[in-house]
Order: sequence, then C-alpha cells, then structure tokens
Amino acid sequence: MEKKQRIGVYICHCGGNISDYVDVSQIKDIVKGLDGVVVAKNVMFACADSNQKEMVNDIVDQKLDGIVVASCSPKLHLHTFRNVAIRAGLNPYNYTQVNIREQCSWAHSDTPSEASEKAAGLILAGINRVSHSEALENIEVSSTRAAVVIGAGVSGMRAAIGLSQMGNQVYLIEKEYKPGGHIARWGEMFMDGKTGDEIISALLTKVKSDKNITLFTNAGIGKVSGSLGNFDVEVRISDEILNLKVGAILVTTGYDHYQPAIGEYGYGELSNVITLPEFRELLNNCGDTLNYQNKKVNSIAFIYCVGMRQTKGENKYCSRVCCTTAIHSSLLVHNKFKSVLVYHLYRDIRTYGKQEVLYEQSSKNGDIYLKFDEKIPPKVSNSKHRLLIQVKDELTRKQDLELETDLVVLVTGLVPGKDTAELAGKLKIPVGNDKFFNEIHPKLRPVETVINGVFIGGSCQGPKNITESVQSAMAATVKINALTKNPTIQLEPVIARVNFDTCVWCGKCAEVCEYDAVHPLEMYGKTVASVNEAVCKGCGICAPVCPNDAIDIAQYSNAEIEGMIDGFSEKVELKESAESEDEQSAVTGAEMKDQPQLWLRISASLQKESKTIPALVKELDVPANVLTYHLMTMNKYSLVEADGMDDSDEYYYYRLKNIQHDQN
Amino acid sequence: MGNQHTRPRILVFSTDKISDPGIDQAGLRKIHYSPSVYVISLPCSSGIKPRWIMHAFNQGFDGVFIAADGHECSYSSKCPEYTNMIIEESQRLMKEANISPKRIRMAAICSVCAEPFASHMANFTRILAELE
Repeated sequence: MEKKQRIGVYICHCGGNISDYVDVSQIKDIVKGLDGVVVAKNVMFACADSNQKEMVNDIVDQKLDGIVVASCSPKLHLHTFRNVAIRAGLNPYNYTQVNIREQCSWAHSDTPSEASEKAAGLILAGINRVSHSEALENIEVSSTRAAVVIGAGVSGMRAAIGLSQMGNQVYLIEKEYKPGGHIARWGEMFMDGKTGDEIISALLTKVKSDKNITLFTNAGIGKVSGSLGNFDVEVRISDEILNLKVGAILVTTGYDHYQPAIGEYGYGELSNVITLPEFRELLNNCGDTLNYQNKKVNSIAFIYCVGMRQTKGENKYCSRVCCTTAIHSSLLVHNKFKSVLVYHLYRDIRTYGKQEVLYEQSSKNGDIYLKFDEKIPPKVSNSKHRLLIQVKDELTRKQDLELETDLVVLVTGLVPGKDTAELAGKLKIPVGNDKFFNEIHPKLRPVETVINGVFIGGSCQGPKNITESVQSAMAATVKINALTKNPTIQLEPVIARVNFDTCVWCGKCAEVCEYDAVHPLEMYGKTVASVNEAVCKGCGICAPVCPNDAIDIAQYSNAEIEGMIDGFSEKVELKESAESEDEQSAVTGAEMKDQPQLWLRISASLQKESKTIPALVKELDVPANVLTYHLMTMNKYSLVEADGMDDSDEYYYYRLKNIQHDQN
Repeated sequence: MGNQHTRPRILVFSTDKISDPGIDQAGLRKIHYSPSVYVISLPCSSGIKPRWIMHAFNQGFDGVFIAADGHECSYSSKCPEYTNMIIEESQRLMKEANISPKRIRMAAICSVCAEPFASHMANFTRILAELE
C-alpha cells in the first residue's frame, strides 16, 4: 500500500493544558519539514468549531489524504475529528489522534523539556501511523431496544420513565425491598415543599403503571457480559437468576451518608449528638413539640463539614448539598417551633443558585453563624443536662466561645454507596479519587463511562441534589436512546484480515478464536483462513499465533504499529526556550501595553458590542486561525469572555470582560 | 535539550478499553511517571505480536511493558494465558538476540489503576537502569 503523501498535522495548545509544558510551536516547525506533511499548524483549541471548519477547508483545498490531531485523549475527541474528516470527504480512518495531554503534558508537567521531547516522538509516531492507514468502512451490529437501570432511587425511576417514553423496554433493578433510596425519609424538600415520600410515591406509581418498565426489588446484579447493543445481564433475586438482554446499562445507584466515627464530635458517646439524616427523621416524626429522648429541644447546633473536606482524612471533597440541607432543616425548625434557637458552626457555606435564598432567610430568622477553622474544630462535651460546645469563632477575631445546646446535629456529607466498588468491578467502569463512579469527561461527556454502552446518572457519580441528579440521569437516557433507537449500531471496523498469499491454513487461528469467526475456505486451489466480519470482535488473539504472520487487525497492521515505534525512536533536536516570536508575544503578560497589536484591535472592536469570531475575522481582516489563537489567549488571561451563542447556535459571542453589551 | 535518553525507554502496550483509561487517569490526576514511557493502545494484549516487541528493542527501547486486562478482559477469559504465551515466545526471540528476558514485564492494569501504573513504571525504570 502506498504511503500517504499529503498529511495535515494539527498540534493543540488546549488553552495552556498542553502548551504550558510542551513546546508545541517548535514541534510544529519540525513537523512542517517532514516528507508527506503539507499542513502543520498550532491551534489554541483543536476541538473549537472554528478550527474544525479550518481543518475541513485544509483537507479540501490541500487535497489532504491523512490528518493527525495531537491534543487530548482519543477517548474525548476521536469522533469529533472523524466527523471533521467525513465532512471534508476524507475517510475517517485516515485520521489519527495523538494523546499529548493525558499521556504527556499532564503526566510529565514536572519535566517540561522531556515532555516536549516525548510529544515530538508521539506526533512523529502518529504521522507514521496515518501514512500507513487504510480507508475503512464501519461494521453494523444489531442492537436491543432495551436497557437495564441499576438503582431505583429518584434518578433511576425518572430515567426508567424517560427511557420507556422513548420506546425502550426497561428493567429497573433495586437492591432494597422498597424503591426510592434515601429521599423518601427526608420529609419536606426545597423548593416546592413536597415531601420526599410524595415525590417517590408519584414516581413509583408511574413506574408500576408503565407497561415498558419491569421493576425488580430485592434484586442484585450478577455477571455482566457482552458489549454495546447486546449486553447480557444476570439479575439475582433470592435464589432465582434472570438473564436479561439489553442494549445499554444505566447506573443510578446513588450515595450513602457519611457515618461519623464513635467519638467524632461526641457521636455515639454523647446521647444528644445525632447526624443530619437522623435529625430529619426526628423532625418528620415529631408532633407539636420538638422533643429528643423525651426532653424538649430549645436550642440546636449544626456542625458542618463532618467527615468531608478532610485535609488528611479519606473524603477530601465537598459534598455540596449538605449546607443547603442543614440550613433548610433550620428553616423547617423555625417555621414549626419559632422559639428554638439555632446555631450554625461552619467552615464555609455553599448554598449555590436558588438555594442562596435559604441562607438569607435563615439569617433573617436570627440563626447564629459561627465560623471555625478546620485545624481547630469545635469540642462537644456534656454539661449537666445539656451539651457544651467550645468553638473559636473566626468571625469575632477568633474569640473562644462556649455554647450550651440541647442537641448537636452533625452535618454529614455524601459518600459513595457501599456497593460501588463491587459494581465497578462487574461493569468494568472506573471510579475516581473520591471513589464515586467516574465519567469520561465532566464537561464534554458527563454521563458516559469508558465502557461503551454503560452510563452513569445521579449521585453515584458524585454528590448532587435531586435536580442535578435527575438532570444527569435524563441526559443518560437520551444518550442511551440514541444508541438503541435504531436496529443497528455502527461499530469501528476493527476486525482480523487474512493475507491469502501467505496463509496456508494451519488452523491455529481458528483454535484460539472464541467467537468461531475463523473458518477454512477453498480459494485459488488452496485452503486459507476466512474471517466472518459479522462475528469477529477484533481482539487480535488470532494474529500472534499465526506462524506465517498472515493475519493483521484493521487499524493495527504491522506497518502502522512498527511505524509508531519508529516514530517514538526518531531523533528530534529541540532547543531550549524555543517559543516562537508569535507565541512569546502572546504570553509575556496581561498588560495591554505588552500585548500584540491584534489584541488592541480586538479590544477596540469589542468596546461597543459583543462579536463572534467570523464577525471579527471579517472586520479585522485576519485569518481565522490567527484571530482564534489570539482571542483564546485573551480569554486565558481573562481579558475577554464568552457572551452567549449566536442565533444559529453555532458561534459564541465574545465580549471584553466586565463590560456588558446588549446584543440587540 | 535533544534526545538525551538518560532514562530507560519503555514501550507500553495498553488496551484501549481497560488499561488505557487507567493510564490516561494517571495524567488527569497529574501522577507523574517517566517521560521515557511511550504507549501504544491495542484492543487486547492477546493481539500483541512478538515481532513488534523485537522491533521495539531493535529501535532502542530498553524495556517493553504489557499493561494487560488480565481476567477482566472482555474478549477472552484465556487472555492472561494467551498473553503469557506471547511473552514466552518474545523471550525466546530475545534470548536469541542476547536481550535479557527481564526487559519484558506484564501486569494487569485496569481503568482505575492510575497509581499502580505509575508505580509499575517507576519499578520497571529502576530495574532497567540496574540492567545497564
């Protein structure tokens, strides 16, 4: 096969995620001079619409026969750039993604010069690989119009209803006897005043009346096999095992509450110290008087961030929702028992969005807020018939204060469900540092996992309130339906191919294939191995066992893999401090007087109104890539900011930071 | 700067569904490992050809590390067995070429194995340096 002769190479800054550590400008200059490379460019954000359009133009105008994008992990933007190739009429498999962010700039941010050297090798490998790439066609597999939703809390039930409404058969699996998760016990909720039980009951009624949804309770997940479009999921109910065939899996297993250790703020040792969930149950079940252990409660102290945001402990993250829940609880107390005095002992308050009104109302009610430092937490001890709290208050010049209260409520946060690790193992999906399930990308692919066809929603991927949980679960339903709505799914053509010239049919390939994809075939007077494309999974197990090296996997041919190894090994001479003049001028400071002339022109143009990149390109008469580069750099230095999308929803408006414009 | 190659150069064969995300996660979490580590991602470690391993040694790599799926492989329950056969065949070829069999290693790296991957790279780098 002839090597590609007209290759385009795009090396991304990723804002500064790559270019802060890797000398992308110098690598571009090296690549530019290579045989077969006709386009080599640095781009601020390769994934930006403007750059994608420029790539399409380059492919068409320069008649490119292969493209290399050196940016982030292919897990993020492989399909973005394959679609660029398709839009330009280039076969998407004549494109190679080179990961110079996760596997270079970020992994070697401690050694920038060596990171640059490695990035150069990775890019040369990518060029070699694309030069040997073949134009391939996708493979179609059948898909089952059904999904398993694991976890019947508020997110799982809402997702099941959504999937059903879109025409999917749904199997909703709940490990507990009663669906609903934690919130059924939470009582009145912000913002609509409905109780958790009411919300769950309404969802459960819908689930039970939906013919497309089958709800299994007291059920667990057994073995999971198969792949996107055709998963086989074992459901265990008591001694019974059900085998379900589904196209996709959605995990909505939720969270658990942090359980304080014995003695943590007196918990388990002092009888009047309880957790926030325990307090909510107390509040829901009390009558006209707030009593705890048969004694009237006249004062309450909430202690925040218990078990969370630990510098040295296990849970380093902020649970986000517990401040709001605690303050909302104090409002419920105030509404029902006006004379109860409430103290809030906090480190920081996070009541974002509309929840801020709760904080404001709490302050108006006369609640007392005392701020403590993590290093000097409050001390809780017994004092006759009440509890004594000693706290050093940051808001009153670190005065040592003593409070006496009837009840201490520990504001505990959210931790991963106890079955998370086991389920992660069965589904082969990763968990993050916080031990919650991990999405591919928090912004760009927030509900997808690295396993195709397995999605996550709700608070099993991190602390969320109900609104956010349902939003993410519903996002997952849309992604699932996009996969299952068609009877077939397009898969990558990663399959084994046999070289009939060298194959002599020894049968070893057929022996190791677990999918029965390889069979003998009579051809040109001899027997050769033939691969059934519909059955082959592209694992490649058959390739190394062939004594004649007659089998290759598409996209992983000898030429491509050995070409990559050659690329890694090529000598690259990089100079120290080799930023181009252009780049130097862009990064030498945020003072306007030091900035390139174009920054001044952009600033002048944006003085009166927000503008899109195409509008600025036209007005300032500069190439789109140059303008995008400088505008993104200005954005990085907080000189400009996005100002909403244009009417076609295609381009962002940009404005000078801190200057509001009326787009009309 | 230039190609100093003061650190042992390691070629890693990873798998695109299981171990590659783990290696990506090491970067995402800024867990540092040797910049002389280069990764080629494949569908399954059972598909690695010994000739690629030998090609890497011929091109100056000091070690080859196979980040396998182990028993988590979604393609074959016999994946560890097949991968082991590939290593054995590679070591036979390495012996013929007078290359120490210690220069090839395998470990199961899953999609959450960011720290274990970095740790394996540190250990392997040390072992290769001692072989010099």
